[in-house]
Amino acid sequence: MSAPLLEVDDVEVAYGDAVALPGLSVAVAEGETLALVGANGAGKSTLLRTVCGLLRPRRGAVRLDGDDVTALPAHARVARGIAMSPEGRRLFPSLSVEENLLVGGYARRRGPWDLAAVYELFPLVAERRSRPAANLSGGEQQAVAIGRALMANPRLLLLDEVSLGLAPVVVAQLYAALPRITGQGTTVLVVEQDVHQAMAVADRVQCLLEGRTVLEGPAERIDRTALAAAYFGVAR
Amino acid sequence: MSWVNAVVQGVLLGGLYALVAAGLSLVFGVMRIVNLAHGVLAVVAAYGALVLGRALGLHPFLALLLVVPAMAAIGYLLQRGLLDRALRGGELAPLLVTFGLAIVLQNVLLEAFSADNQRLSVGALGTSGVRIADGLSIGWFPLLAALTGVAVIAGLGRFLARTRTGRAMRAASDDPEAARLMGVDDRRIYAVATALALATVAVAGVFLGARSTFDPAAGATTLIFAFEAVVIGGLGSLWGTLAGGIVLGVAQGLGAAVDPAYGVLAGHLVFLAVLAVKPRGLFPSAVTA
Repeated sequence: MSAPLLEVDDVEVAYGDAVALPGLSVAVAEGETLALVGANGAGKSTLLRTVCGLLRPRRGAVRLDGDDVTALPAHARVARGIAMSPEGRRLFPSLSVEENLLVGGYARRRGPWDLAAVYELFPLVAERRSRPAANLSGGEQQAVAIGRALMANPRLLLLDEVSLGLAPVVVAQLYAALPRITGQGTTVLVVEQDVHQAMAVADRVQCLLEGRTVLEGPAERIDRTALAAAYFGVAR
Repeated sequence: MSWVNAVVQGVLLGGLYALVAAGLSLVFGVMRIVNLAHGVLAVVAAYGALVLGRALGLHPFLALLLVVPAMAAIGYLLQRGLLDRALRGGELAPLLVTFGLAIVLQNVLLEAFSADNQRLSVGALGTSGVRIADGLSIGWFPLLAALTGVAVIAGLGRFLARTRTGRAMRAASDDPEAARLMGVDDRRIYAVATALALATVAVAGVFLGARSTFDPAAGATTLIFAFEAVVIGGLGSLWGTLAGGIVLGVAQGLGAAVDPAYGVLAGHLVFLAVLAVKPRGLFPSAVTA
Protein backbone atom coordinates (compact mmCIF):
# COMPACT_ATOMS: atom_id res chain seq x y z
CA MET A 1 0.00 0.00 0.00
CA SER A 2 1.30 3.45 -0.88
CA ALA A 3 1.96 6.06 1.80
CA PRO A 4 -1.05 8.19 2.76
CA LEU A 5 -1.17 11.71 1.28
CA LEU A 6 -1.24 13.21 4.75
CA GLU A 7 0.40 11.50 7.66
CA VAL A 8 0.34 13.15 11.06
CA ASP A 9 2.63 11.01 13.15
CA ASP A 10 2.31 11.15 16.94
CA VAL A 11 2.32 14.96 17.22
CA GLU A 12 2.40 16.67 20.57
CA VAL A 13 1.16 20.27 20.43
CA ALA A 14 0.93 22.64 23.37
CA TYR A 15 -0.06 26.24 23.97
CA GLY A 16 2.51 27.18 26.58
CA ASP A 17 2.05 24.66 29.36
CA ALA A 18 -1.38 23.52 28.20
CA VAL A 19 -1.02 20.38 26.09
CA ALA A 20 -3.77 20.31 23.44
CA LEU A 21 -2.61 17.21 21.58
CA PRO A 22 -0.68 14.72 23.74
CA GLY A 23 0.41 12.58 20.79
CA LEU A 24 -2.11 12.26 18.00
CA SER A 25 -1.79 10.37 14.72
CA VAL A 26 -4.02 10.96 11.71
CA ALA A 27 -3.64 9.59 8.20
CA VAL A 28 -5.61 10.54 5.10
CA ALA A 29 -5.26 8.55 1.89
CA GLU A 30 -5.10 10.28 -1.49
CA GLY A 31 -8.61 11.07 -2.69
CA GLU A 32 -10.19 10.28 0.67
CA THR A 33 -12.42 12.57 2.72
CA LEU A 34 -11.79 12.27 6.44
CA ALA A 35 -14.00 13.99 9.00
CA LEU A 36 -12.58 14.79 12.40
CA VAL A 37 -15.39 15.18 14.90
CA GLY A 38 -15.42 15.89 18.58
CA ALA A 39 -16.66 18.31 21.18
CA ASN A 40 -15.26 21.78 21.76
CA GLY A 41 -11.67 21.57 22.94
CA ALA A 42 -11.12 18.05 21.57
CA GLY A 43 -8.12 19.32 19.60
CA LYS A 44 -9.62 19.28 16.10
CA SER A 45 -8.73 22.84 15.18
CA THR A 46 -5.32 22.47 16.84
CA LEU A 47 -4.64 19.53 14.57
CA LEU A 48 -5.64 21.49 11.45
CA ARG A 49 -3.47 24.43 12.49
CA THR A 50 -0.57 21.99 12.92
CA VAL A 51 -1.16 20.46 9.49
CA CYS A 52 -1.27 23.84 7.74
CA GLY A 53 1.83 25.08 9.59
CA LEU A 54 0.44 27.77 11.87
CA LEU A 55 1.44 25.67 14.89
CA ARG A 56 4.68 23.72 15.36
CA PRO A 57 4.48 20.41 17.20
CA ARG A 58 6.84 19.83 20.12
CA ARG A 59 7.21 16.23 19.00
CA GLY A 60 6.16 14.13 16.03
CA ALA A 61 6.03 14.82 12.32
CA VAL A 62 3.67 16.00 9.59
CA ARG A 63 4.30 14.32 6.24
CA LEU A 64 2.74 15.15 2.88
CA ASP A 65 3.05 12.40 0.31
CA GLY A 66 5.95 10.96 2.30
CA ASP A 67 7.85 14.29 2.56
CA ASP A 68 8.45 15.66 6.03
CA VAL A 69 6.94 19.19 6.08
CA THR A 70 7.07 19.66 9.86
CA ALA A 71 9.66 22.44 9.60
CA LEU A 72 8.01 24.27 6.69
CA PRO A 73 6.22 27.54 7.52
CA ALA A 74 2.55 27.85 6.56
CA HIS A 75 3.13 29.94 3.44
CA ALA A 76 5.54 27.34 2.04
CA ARG A 77 3.09 24.52 2.66
CA VAL A 78 0.57 26.17 0.33
CA ALA A 79 3.05 25.76 -2.51
CA ARG A 80 3.27 22.05 -1.63
CA GLY A 81 -0.51 21.76 -1.95
CA ILE A 82 -2.02 22.26 1.52
CA ALA A 83 -4.77 24.90 1.61
CA MET A 84 -7.16 25.72 4.41
CA SER A 85 -10.50 27.40 4.85
CA PRO A 86 -9.93 28.59 8.41
CA GLU A 87 -12.33 28.65 11.32
CA GLY A 88 -14.36 31.87 11.30
CA ARG A 89 -13.75 32.32 7.54
CA ARG A 90 -11.08 35.01 8.01
CA LEU A 91 -11.79 36.77 4.71
CA PHE A 92 -9.79 39.93 4.00
CA PRO A 93 -12.43 42.57 4.81
CA SER A 94 -10.93 45.44 2.82
CA LEU A 95 -10.61 43.34 -0.33
CA SER A 96 -13.43 42.56 -2.73
CA VAL A 97 -14.74 39.02 -3.10
CA GLU A 98 -12.80 38.56 -6.32
CA GLU A 99 -9.63 39.97 -4.79
CA ASN A 100 -9.99 37.51 -1.90
CA LEU A 101 -10.15 34.69 -4.42
CA LEU A 102 -7.13 36.05 -6.29
CA VAL A 103 -5.09 36.17 -3.10
CA GLY A 104 -6.11 32.53 -2.61
CA GLY A 105 -4.33 31.79 -5.88
CA TYR A 106 -1.22 33.67 -4.77
CA ALA A 107 0.98 30.54 -4.82
CA ARG A 108 0.17 30.04 -8.55
CA ARG A 109 -0.18 26.26 -8.37
CA ARG A 110 -1.54 24.74 -11.53
CA GLY A 111 -4.76 22.77 -11.44
CA PRO A 112 -8.46 22.74 -12.24
CA TRP A 113 -9.45 25.68 -10.03
CA ASP A 114 -9.47 29.28 -11.23
CA LEU A 115 -11.92 32.19 -10.91
CA ALA A 116 -14.27 30.75 -13.53
CA ALA A 117 -14.34 27.30 -11.91
CA VAL A 118 -15.02 28.74 -8.44
CA TYR A 119 -17.79 30.97 -9.80
CA GLU A 120 -19.33 27.94 -11.48
CA LEU A 121 -19.19 26.00 -8.22
CA PHE A 122 -20.70 28.88 -6.21
CA PRO A 123 -22.88 31.01 -8.55
CA LEU A 124 -23.85 33.25 -5.63
CA VAL A 125 -20.19 34.18 -5.13
CA ALA A 126 -19.99 35.17 -8.80
CA GLU A 127 -22.88 37.60 -8.28
CA ARG A 128 -21.10 39.18 -5.31
CA ARG A 129 -17.65 39.31 -6.92
CA SER A 130 -17.12 43.07 -6.75
CA ARG A 131 -18.54 43.54 -3.25
CA PRO A 132 -16.27 44.07 -0.26
CA ALA A 133 -15.92 40.72 1.47
CA ALA A 134 -17.00 42.35 4.74
CA ASN A 135 -20.51 42.95 3.34
CA LEU A 136 -21.52 39.33 2.81
CA SER A 137 -23.78 37.04 4.81
CA GLY A 138 -22.14 34.26 6.83
CA GLY A 139 -22.98 31.60 4.27
CA GLU A 140 -21.67 33.69 1.40
CA GLN A 141 -18.49 34.39 3.35
CA GLN A 142 -18.00 30.67 3.96
CA ALA A 143 -18.45 29.95 0.25
CA VAL A 144 -15.82 32.58 -0.55
CA ALA A 145 -13.48 31.10 2.07
CA ILE A 146 -13.81 27.63 0.51
CA GLY A 147 -13.39 29.07 -2.98
CA ARG A 148 -10.34 31.02 -1.84
CA ALA A 149 -8.74 27.81 -0.55
CA LEU A 150 -9.59 26.04 -3.82
CA MET A 151 -7.84 28.80 -5.78
CA ALA A 152 -4.57 27.37 -4.39
CA ASN A 153 -5.36 24.14 -6.27
CA PRO A 154 -4.60 22.07 -3.19
CA ARG A 155 -3.88 18.37 -3.09
CA LEU A 156 -5.13 18.48 0.49
CA LEU A 157 -8.01 20.78 1.39
CA LEU A 158 -8.55 21.54 5.08
CA LEU A 159 -12.03 22.72 6.04
CA ASP A 160 -12.34 24.04 9.58
CA GLU A 161 -15.83 24.32 11.07
CA VAL A 162 -17.71 25.12 7.88
CA SER A 163 -21.05 24.99 9.73
CA LEU A 164 -20.07 27.43 12.50
CA GLY A 165 -22.82 30.00 13.03
CA LEU A 166 -24.72 29.07 9.87
CA ALA A 167 -28.31 27.91 9.38
CA PRO A 168 -28.61 24.16 8.65
CA VAL A 169 -30.02 24.80 5.18
CA VAL A 170 -26.99 26.97 4.32
CA VAL A 171 -24.61 24.33 5.70
CA ALA A 172 -26.28 21.68 3.53
CA GLN A 173 -25.89 23.90 0.45
CA LEU A 174 -22.19 24.37 1.14
CA TYR A 175 -21.54 20.66 1.69
CA ALA A 176 -23.48 19.89 -1.48
CA ALA A 177 -20.50 21.39 -3.34
CA LEU A 178 -18.05 18.94 -1.76
CA PRO A 179 -18.53 16.04 -4.21
CA ARG A 180 -17.55 18.34 -7.07
CA ILE A 181 -14.37 19.23 -5.18
CA THR A 182 -13.42 15.65 -4.32
CA GLY A 183 -14.38 14.71 -7.88
CA GLN A 184 -11.23 16.58 -8.98
CA GLY A 185 -9.18 14.13 -6.93
CA THR A 186 -8.73 16.54 -4.04
CA THR A 187 -8.15 14.97 -0.64
CA VAL A 188 -10.24 16.63 2.08
CA LEU A 189 -9.83 16.81 5.82
CA VAL A 190 -12.98 18.21 7.45
CA VAL A 191 -13.25 19.38 11.02
CA GLU A 192 -16.86 19.63 12.04
CA GLN A 193 -18.98 19.90 15.17
CA ASP A 194 -22.07 18.98 13.17
CA VAL A 195 -21.63 15.20 13.33
CA HIS A 196 -24.52 14.35 10.99
CA GLN A 197 -23.19 16.61 8.30
CA ALA A 198 -19.69 15.19 8.76
CA MET A 199 -20.91 11.58 8.53
CA ALA A 200 -22.86 12.42 5.38
CA VAL A 201 -19.89 13.79 3.42
CA ALA A 202 -16.95 11.77 4.74
CA ASP A 203 -15.53 8.41 3.70
CA ARG A 204 -14.09 7.92 7.15
CA VAL A 205 -14.76 9.48 10.54
CA GLN A 206 -12.31 9.92 13.39
CA CYS A 207 -13.64 11.08 16.74
CA LEU A 208 -11.37 12.99 19.13
CA LEU A 209 -11.70 13.52 22.84
CA GLU A 210 -9.18 15.63 24.73
CA GLY A 211 -6.60 15.27 21.96
CA ARG A 212 -6.90 11.48 21.62
CA THR A 213 -8.63 9.30 19.06
CA VAL A 214 -11.52 7.51 20.76
CA LEU A 215 -13.28 6.07 17.73
CA GLU A 216 -12.61 5.75 14.05
CA GLY A 217 -13.99 3.89 11.10
CA PRO A 218 -15.70 4.12 7.71
CA ALA A 219 -18.56 6.64 7.85
CA GLU A 220 -21.25 4.18 6.78
CA ARG A 221 -20.29 1.58 9.38
CA ILE A 222 -19.97 3.77 12.45
CA ASP A 223 -22.58 3.09 15.06
CA ARG A 224 -24.34 6.31 16.04
CA THR A 225 -24.73 5.33 19.67
CA ALA A 226 -21.05 4.43 19.96
CA LEU A 227 -20.13 7.72 18.27
CA ALA A 228 -22.34 9.71 20.63
CA ALA A 229 -20.71 7.98 23.56
CA ALA A 230 -17.22 8.63 22.17
CA TYR A 231 -18.10 12.26 21.39
CA PHE A 232 -19.07 13.02 24.96
CA GLY A 233 -16.65 10.53 26.52
CA VAL A 234 -19.31 8.71 28.56
CA ALA A 235 -18.28 5.19 27.56
CA ARG A 236 -14.73 5.44 28.82
CA MET B 1 -4.04 88.10 -6.80
CA SER B 2 -1.63 87.48 -3.94
CA TRP B 3 -4.23 85.19 -2.34
CA VAL B 4 -4.68 83.19 -5.52
CA ASN B 5 -0.91 82.96 -5.75
CA ALA B 6 -0.70 81.80 -2.14
CA VAL B 7 -3.23 79.03 -2.82
CA VAL B 8 -1.51 77.92 -6.03
CA GLN B 9 1.91 77.80 -4.38
CA GLY B 10 0.32 76.00 -1.43
CA VAL B 11 -1.17 73.33 -3.69
CA LEU B 12 2.21 72.78 -5.32
CA LEU B 13 3.91 72.59 -1.95
CA GLY B 14 1.19 70.15 -0.87
CA GLY B 15 2.12 67.86 -3.75
CA LEU B 16 5.69 67.80 -2.43
CA TYR B 17 4.43 67.07 1.10
CA ALA B 18 2.38 64.20 -0.33
CA LEU B 19 5.53 62.88 -2.00
CA VAL B 20 7.33 63.02 1.34
CA ALA B 21 4.41 61.42 3.18
CA ALA B 22 3.56 58.64 0.69
CA GLY B 23 6.07 56.20 2.17
CA LEU B 24 5.02 57.00 5.73
CA SER B 25 1.40 56.34 4.75
CA LEU B 26 2.27 53.07 3.01
CA VAL B 27 4.30 51.70 5.94
CA PHE B 28 1.56 52.63 8.38
CA GLY B 29 -1.19 51.25 6.14
CA VAL B 30 0.48 47.88 5.60
CA MET B 31 2.28 47.21 8.89
CA ARG B 32 0.78 49.72 11.34
CA ILE B 33 4.28 51.02 11.96
CA VAL B 34 4.70 54.74 12.56
CA ASN B 35 8.18 55.15 11.14
CA LEU B 36 9.72 57.98 13.14
CA ALA B 37 12.93 57.64 11.09
CA HIS B 38 11.03 58.57 7.92
CA GLY B 39 12.17 62.19 7.93
CA VAL B 40 15.83 61.53 8.59
CA LEU B 41 15.81 58.83 5.90
CA ALA B 42 14.74 61.52 3.43
CA VAL B 43 17.71 63.59 4.60
CA VAL B 44 20.01 60.55 4.20
CA ALA B 45 18.86 60.31 0.57
CA ALA B 46 19.57 64.02 0.06
CA TYR B 47 23.11 63.56 1.40
CA GLY B 48 23.46 60.54 -0.87
CA ALA B 49 22.67 62.70 -3.89
CA LEU B 50 25.03 65.38 -2.55
CA VAL B 51 27.92 62.92 -2.29
CA LEU B 52 27.24 61.53 -5.77
CA GLY B 53 27.13 65.08 -7.11
CA ARG B 54 30.50 65.93 -5.60
CA ALA B 55 32.21 62.66 -6.47
CA LEU B 56 30.83 62.00 -9.94
CA GLY B 57 29.38 65.37 -10.88
CA LEU B 58 25.93 63.86 -11.21
CA HIS B 59 22.85 66.10 -11.43
CA PRO B 60 20.60 65.34 -8.41
CA PHE B 61 17.93 63.84 -10.66
CA LEU B 62 20.48 61.55 -12.29
CA ALA B 63 21.79 60.63 -8.86
CA LEU B 64 18.29 59.30 -8.13
CA LEU B 65 19.08 56.39 -10.44
CA LEU B 66 21.54 55.22 -7.77
CA VAL B 67 19.99 56.67 -4.62
CA VAL B 68 16.52 55.13 -5.17
CA PRO B 69 17.68 51.52 -5.53
CA ALA B 70 20.13 51.98 -2.65
CA MET B 71 17.40 53.30 -0.35
CA ALA B 72 15.04 50.50 -1.45
CA ALA B 73 17.71 47.96 -0.54
CA ILE B 74 18.24 49.66 2.82
CA GLY B 75 14.47 49.51 3.37
CA TYR B 76 14.30 45.81 2.60
CA LEU B 77 17.16 45.01 5.00
CA LEU B 78 15.84 47.40 7.65
CA GLN B 79 12.50 45.59 7.68
CA ARG B 80 13.98 42.09 7.71
CA GLY B 81 16.76 42.82 10.15
CA LEU B 82 15.24 45.27 12.58
CA LEU B 83 11.55 46.12 12.21
CA ASP B 84 10.34 42.50 11.92
CA ARG B 85 11.89 41.81 15.29
CA ALA B 86 10.40 45.00 16.68
CA LEU B 87 6.91 44.07 15.39
CA ARG B 88 7.06 40.89 17.48
CA GLY B 89 7.71 43.03 20.57
CA GLY B 90 4.28 44.67 20.61
CA GLU B 91 2.88 47.98 19.41
CA LEU B 92 5.29 50.26 21.19
CA ALA B 93 8.51 48.51 20.11
CA PRO B 94 8.55 49.66 16.43
CA LEU B 95 7.92 53.23 17.57
CA LEU B 96 10.90 53.12 19.95
CA VAL B 97 13.13 51.35 17.42
CA THR B 98 12.44 53.86 14.64
CA PHE B 99 12.86 56.74 17.10
CA GLY B 100 16.26 55.34 18.10
CA LEU B 101 17.17 54.80 14.46
CA ALA B 102 16.32 58.42 13.70
CA ILE B 103 18.66 59.64 16.43
CA VAL B 104 21.48 57.31 15.34
CA LEU B 105 21.19 58.29 11.68
CA GLN B 106 21.05 62.01 12.49
CA ASN B 107 24.24 61.74 14.55
CA VAL B 108 26.00 59.67 11.90
CA LEU B 109 25.15 62.41 9.38
CA LEU B 110 26.44 65.03 11.82
CA GLU B 111 29.76 63.16 12.18
CA ALA B 112 30.12 62.65 8.45
CA PHE B 113 28.96 66.01 7.08
CA SER B 114 29.05 68.44 10.05
CA ALA B 115 26.12 70.70 10.85
CA ASP B 116 26.72 72.97 7.82
CA ASN B 117 23.77 73.80 5.61
CA GLN B 118 23.83 72.02 2.27
CA ARG B 119 21.80 72.36 -0.87
CA LEU B 120 21.39 70.30 -4.01
CA SER B 121 21.64 72.37 -7.18
CA VAL B 122 19.27 71.58 -10.01
CA GLY B 123 20.57 74.41 -12.18
CA ALA B 124 18.23 76.81 -13.99
CA LEU B 125 15.27 74.54 -13.26
CA GLY B 126 15.38 75.69 -9.65
CA THR B 127 14.69 79.35 -10.45
CA SER B 128 12.78 79.48 -13.75
CA GLY B 129 9.05 79.21 -14.24
CA VAL B 130 6.11 80.36 -16.27
CA ARG B 131 4.18 83.57 -15.62
CA ILE B 132 0.41 83.00 -15.69
CA ALA B 133 -0.69 86.53 -14.81
CA ASP B 134 0.49 89.53 -12.84
CA GLY B 135 1.62 88.31 -9.47
CA LEU B 136 1.00 84.67 -10.34
CA SER B 137 3.72 82.49 -11.71
CA ILE B 138 4.46 78.82 -11.42
CA GLY B 139 8.02 77.62 -10.95
CA TRP B 140 9.03 74.58 -12.97
CA PHE B 141 10.66 72.98 -9.97
CA PRO B 142 7.67 73.21 -7.57
CA LEU B 143 5.45 72.02 -10.43
CA LEU B 144 7.71 69.05 -11.12
CA ALA B 145 7.84 68.21 -7.39
CA ALA B 146 4.03 68.31 -7.10
CA LEU B 147 3.50 66.23 -10.23
CA THR B 148 6.03 63.70 -8.96
CA GLY B 149 4.07 63.51 -5.70
CA VAL B 150 0.83 62.85 -7.57
CA ALA B 151 2.54 60.29 -9.81
CA VAL B 152 4.05 58.44 -6.83
CA ILE B 153 0.71 58.32 -5.01
CA ALA B 154 -1.10 57.17 -8.16
CA GLY B 155 1.59 54.59 -8.87
CA LEU B 156 1.47 53.17 -5.35
CA GLY B 157 -2.34 53.11 -5.45
CA ARG B 158 -2.29 51.24 -8.74
CA PHE B 159 0.31 48.84 -7.46
CA LEU B 160 -1.79 48.04 -4.37
CA ALA B 161 -5.01 47.68 -6.37
CA ARG B 162 -3.88 45.82 -9.45
CA THR B 163 -0.82 43.69 -8.83
CA ARG B 164 -0.44 40.28 -7.21
CA THR B 165 2.08 41.61 -4.71
CA GLY B 166 -0.08 44.67 -4.01
CA ARG B 167 -3.12 42.53 -3.26
CA ALA B 168 -1.00 40.30 -1.01
CA MET B 169 0.16 43.45 0.79
CA ARG B 170 -3.42 44.55 1.49
CA ALA B 171 -4.34 41.02 2.53
CA ALA B 172 -1.40 40.82 4.93
CA SER B 173 -2.44 44.22 6.31
CA ASP B 174 -5.97 42.90 6.99
CA ASP B 175 -4.96 39.56 8.50
CA PRO B 176 -1.33 38.40 8.36
CA GLU B 177 -2.10 34.88 9.57
CA ALA B 178 -4.84 34.31 7.00
CA ALA B 179 -2.48 35.68 4.34
CA ARG B 180 0.10 33.07 5.34
CA LEU B 181 -2.57 30.42 4.74
CA MET B 182 -2.82 31.72 1.17
CA GLY B 183 0.90 31.18 0.60
CA VAL B 184 1.84 34.81 1.27
CA ASP B 185 5.15 35.18 3.11
CA ASP B 186 4.05 38.19 5.15
CA ARG B 187 7.56 39.09 6.27
CA ARG B 188 8.83 39.25 2.70
CA ILE B 189 5.77 41.30 1.74
CA TYR B 190 6.49 43.72 4.61
CA ALA B 191 10.09 44.04 3.44
CA VAL B 192 8.89 44.87 -0.08
CA ALA B 193 6.54 47.52 1.37
CA THR B 194 9.36 49.15 3.34
CA ALA B 195 11.63 48.99 0.29
CA LEU B 196 8.96 50.78 -1.76
CA ALA B 197 8.45 53.35 0.99
CA LEU B 198 12.16 54.15 1.15
CA ALA B 199 12.37 54.33 -2.65
CA THR B 200 9.71 57.06 -2.55
CA VAL B 201 11.37 58.80 0.38
CA ALA B 202 14.61 58.87 -1.62
CA VAL B 203 12.86 60.84 -4.38
CA ALA B 204 11.26 63.08 -1.76
CA GLY B 205 14.59 63.71 -0.05
CA VAL B 206 16.25 64.86 -3.25
CA PHE B 207 13.37 67.23 -4.04
CA LEU B 208 13.46 68.60 -0.48
CA GLY B 209 17.23 69.04 -0.68
CA ALA B 210 16.96 70.94 -3.94
CA ARG B 211 14.06 73.11 -2.75
CA SER B 212 15.82 74.52 0.30
CA THR B 213 18.87 74.02 2.43
CA PHE B 214 19.16 71.03 4.71
CA ASP B 215 21.37 69.83 7.54
CA PRO B 216 21.50 66.60 9.57
CA ALA B 217 18.68 67.82 11.84
CA ALA B 218 16.29 68.57 8.97
CA GLY B 219 14.60 65.19 9.38
CA ALA B 220 12.50 66.35 12.32
CA THR B 221 10.60 69.04 10.39
CA THR B 222 10.28 66.72 7.41
CA LEU B 223 8.76 64.03 9.61
CA ILE B 224 6.30 66.45 11.20
CA PHE B 225 5.00 67.77 7.85
CA ALA B 226 4.71 64.23 6.47
CA PHE B 227 2.98 63.04 9.61
CA GLU B 228 0.54 65.95 9.50
CA ALA B 229 -0.26 65.23 5.84
CA VAL B 230 -0.97 61.57 6.65
CA VAL B 231 -3.14 62.37 9.69
CA ILE B 232 -5.09 65.17 7.99
CA GLY B 233 -5.80 62.90 5.02
CA GLY B 234 -6.77 59.88 7.09
CA LEU B 235 -4.52 57.08 8.31
CA GLY B 236 -3.82 54.35 5.81
CA SER B 237 -5.34 56.10 2.79
CA LEU B 238 -2.90 57.08 0.02
CA TRP B 239 -5.20 59.49 -1.81
CA GLY B 240 -6.12 60.92 1.58
CA THR B 241 -2.42 61.58 2.09
CA LEU B 242 -2.32 63.58 -1.15
CA ALA B 243 -5.34 65.58 -0.01
CA GLY B 244 -3.77 66.02 3.42
CA GLY B 245 -0.54 67.28 1.87
CA ILE B 246 -2.44 69.82 -0.19
CA VAL B 247 -4.52 71.00 2.78
CA LEU B 248 -1.31 71.45 4.76
CA GLY B 249 0.46 73.20 1.87
CA VAL B 250 -2.42 75.62 1.24
CA ALA B 251 -2.72 76.39 4.96
CA GLN B 252 0.98 77.18 5.09
CA GLY B 253 0.75 79.25 1.88
CA LEU B 254 -2.17 81.32 3.16
CA GLY B 255 -0.57 81.74 6.57
CA ALA B 256 2.62 82.97 4.95
CA ALA B 257 0.62 85.40 2.80
CA VAL B 258 -0.64 87.05 5.99
CA ASP B 259 2.82 87.18 7.48
CA PRO B 260 5.82 85.08 6.38
CA ALA B 261 6.34 84.02 10.01
CA TYR B 262 2.83 82.48 10.22
CA GLY B 263 3.18 79.90 7.44
CA VAL B 264 4.29 76.89 9.45
CA LEU B 265 2.08 77.88 12.39
CA ALA B 266 -1.02 78.02 10.16
CA GLY B 267 -0.24 74.48 8.99
CA HIS B 268 0.00 73.21 12.55
CA LEU B 269 -3.27 74.95 13.50
CA VAL B 270 -5.14 73.33 10.62
CA PHE B 271 -3.67 69.99 11.65
CA LEU B 272 -4.92 70.49 15.22
CA ALA B 273 -8.33 71.61 13.95
CA VAL B 274 -8.68 68.45 11.85
CA LEU B 275 -7.64 66.32 14.81
CA ALA B 276 -10.25 68.02 16.98
CA VAL B 277 -13.12 67.88 14.48
CA LYS B 278 -12.39 64.75 12.44
CA PRO B 279 -9.83 62.72 14.40
CA ARG B 280 -9.82 59.94 11.80
CA GLY B 281 -8.82 62.41 9.09
CA LEU B 282 -10.67 63.85 6.13
CA PHE B 283 -10.69 60.64 4.07
CA PRO B 284 -10.45 57.68 6.45
CA SER B 285 -10.17 54.30 4.72
CA ALA B 286 -13.52 52.50 4.65
CA VAL B 287 -12.30 49.45 6.54
CA THR B 288 -9.94 49.58 9.47
CA ALA B 289 -8.40 46.50 10.95
